[in-house]
Amino acid sequence: MDKPQKHTWLFEISPKSNLLDFKFKEIWQYRDLLMLFVRRDVVTLYKQTVLGPLWYLIQPLLTSVIFTLVFNGIADINTGTVNAFLFNLAGITIWNYFSECLKATSDTFKKNENIFGKVYFPRVIMPLSITVSNLLKFGIQVLIFIAFYIFFAIEGSAGSISPYLALLPLIVFIMGMLGLGLGMIISSMVTKYRDLTFLVQFGIQLLMYVSAVMYPLAIVSQKLPSYVSWIVEYNPLARVIESFRYMVFQEGELDLGFIFLTLGISIIVFLFGLIIFNKTERNFIDTV
Amino acid sequence: MQEKEVILRVENLSKQYRLGVIGTGTISHDLNRWWHKIRGKEDPYTRIGERNKRNTVGKSNYVWAIKDVSFDVRRGEVLGIIGKNGAGKSTLLKILSKVTMPTQGIIRSKGRIASLLEVGTGFHPELTGKENIFLNGAILGMTKAEIKSKFDEIVEFAGVQRYVDTPVKRYSSGMKVRLAFAVAAHLEPEILVVDEVLAVGDAEFQKKAIGKMQDIAKGEGRTVLFVSHDMDAIQKLTQRTVVLADGEVIFDGDTDKAIQEYLNQGLDTKPYHEWERMEIAPGNDFGRLKSAAIRNEKGELCNRFSVRDDIFIDVEYWDLNTEYHNTAIIHVVNERGQRLFASNEFNAPDWLEYHDKKNKGIVTATCTIPRHFLAEGQFSLLVAVGNYNPEIIHAVEDNLLSFEVFDDTTGDGVRGPYAGKWPGILRPMLSWKIKKEPLDKN
Repeated sequence: MDKPQKHTWLFEISPKSNLLDFKFKEIWQYRDLLMLFVRRDVVTLYKQTVLGPLWYLIQPLLTSVIFTLVFNGIADINTGTVNAFLFNLAGITIWNYFSECLKATSDTFKKNENIFGKVYFPRVIMPLSITVSNLLKFGIQVLIFIAFYIFFAIEGSAGSISPYLALLPLIVFIMGMLGLGLGMIISSMVTKYRDLTFLVQFGIQLLMYVSAVMYPLAIVSQKLPSYVSWIVEYNPLARVIESFRYMVFQEGELDLGFIFLTLGISIIVFLFGLIIFNKTERNFIDTV
Repeated sequence: MQEKEVILRVENLSKQYRLGVIGTGTISHDLNRWWHKIRGKEDPYTRIGERNKRNTVGKSNYVWAIKDVSFDVRRGEVLGIIGKNGAGKSTLLKILSKVTMPTQGIIRSKGRIASLLEVGTGFHPELTGKENIFLNGAILGMTKAEIKSKFDEIVEFAGVQRYVDTPVKRYSSGMKVRLAFAVAAHLEPEILVVDEVLAVGDAEFQKKAIGKMQDIAKGEGRTVLFVSHDMDAIQKLTQRTVVLADGEVIFDGDTDKAIQEYLNQGLDTKPYHEWERMEIAPGNDFGRLKSAAIRNEKGELCNRFSVRDDIFIDVEYWDLNTEYHNTAIIHVVNERGQRLFASNEFNAPDWLEYHDKKNKGIVTATCTIPRHFLAEGQFSLLVAVGNYNPEIIHAVEDNLLSFEVFDDTTGDGVRGPYAGKWPGILRPMLSWKIKKEPLDKN
């Protein structure tokens, strides 16, 4: 029989867990995997057919054209000195990063059922890597935006760049955190209540319309009664998008206090998402 | 032998699963659980689980996939884990590899655990072999630097030097398996969990894989938990084996004894099965099984035969086929899962006479397994009804009946008076002819 000896265990697997244990240390240990997943996404994107990457050019451009026709042509929304098409393209570019992150991360568990069922690594690496690799797609779209910006700047209908543009990384970070956080919450809920998937696509559509993507924030309180307009005015996404436009056009408004508030909100959403996500990852494989 | 320290300790590990349609009533159960929890009471659903017997319908929707499993593993040990399908092996491995959490109990470990539950996890077909080695290695818990230092070894072990820069989608399935195993086998963690990898790959690679596993365990002092259905591999690789049955440990010790225990357990020999009504019998509008029976010479149901006895197998079925000629089919499978042979009713010389009219009826077909043919052991029967040309199987029941054959070495059998272990999976009495020339001819 065993003599009573002292054991120093490296780790334990037990049903108990600390809800507020974010496992950041573990995520750090797996940083190589994170980067390899990002690499995989980038390489496979590159290896796709021509249409794959091209889609990232076509989609914002076409959407922008249609928005310009509908919202500025028919609905007659005034975008000030800025060309309406460029105005819309700016909104769509930054919005797309959020929505792509949200869409791609919201089915993390379902999509990776196979691999999650076989090996353990901190599951959060998956949505994290998506958020990082989506930066590439965002980059492509920013390049298009820059091209059109230069074109319209020569024409004189692009406003002027604000010094606040230095805060752009912060704006992108907020969008990424919000998309990732919400995506993690949704992906956790989807493992239990399957029908939620159908709502996501629809929900993102609706969200876009109340996020000031294709109209200036100021117009909302002018045209809509206050019991409706608050939805847009207090929507952090709308604020972020409006701020981005201010950075590149100096049109509209930029409230630094609000940006930092949004930053706080996005971090809270992310941490909340992480808690739910970590809780789900423990047993989700039994329910799918 | 010096006892090494315990590196992994599994204590009272249990895992409960919910059966039935998931999605109905989950919210109400969740609410109920939560209600109990905030009042500080015990989870109302953990008490009603029962032992996991697949063939008996439990009263509750909750079963224990594994229940109170405990064992220790010492450093450098290769531990085998065996058990029938559904015994809880996979659940145990899933918990060990942190894929899912236990319901109760605890696992304590002094080393990193890496699992090889199924090979090729996370392989991306568009990526090259090299890229996949890095990705797969990282998924399994290696850092980039670790993989880099082992890269050449991995490629060489897998034997894919020529194809490292080719996308994996162009690999043969064998190459993929080799590559995946190579990555996993070169993992650094102290504890490696391996499940059934050896079932794939060609013979040469299997040999290599087994050798590598032995190296890992012996030379490099790493601990391996090895789960397999393949008794030969278990025997070659492990000294100690845990046998699981219905989620519980029924044996823990010497591998030879464990295999014996595994082979003996559960196989309740059963010489007869009947479906009472046609509607519930397996089959379709062409044929349905009615009953199957194992009988002795006297026509009595029997599940224990001497190697000297003829064994009679009756297959009774509703022959409803008005288009093709139906035939009863049996397979005989030994305790190691080897399919010894298949036999068909159409071997009967008068088969066509009975089936040519294509009228409906109940057919009883009897097959005789001759004496001095099977070796001793336990055998299970697959029973089926089908027709050939075109080949359609109407009903198939695997593991429907089972019986035992013993050899009491009274001298007139194949082994004669020899009482030791007799090799071979069959024991046919063959005819021998003898010629002898005297030495001193002139």
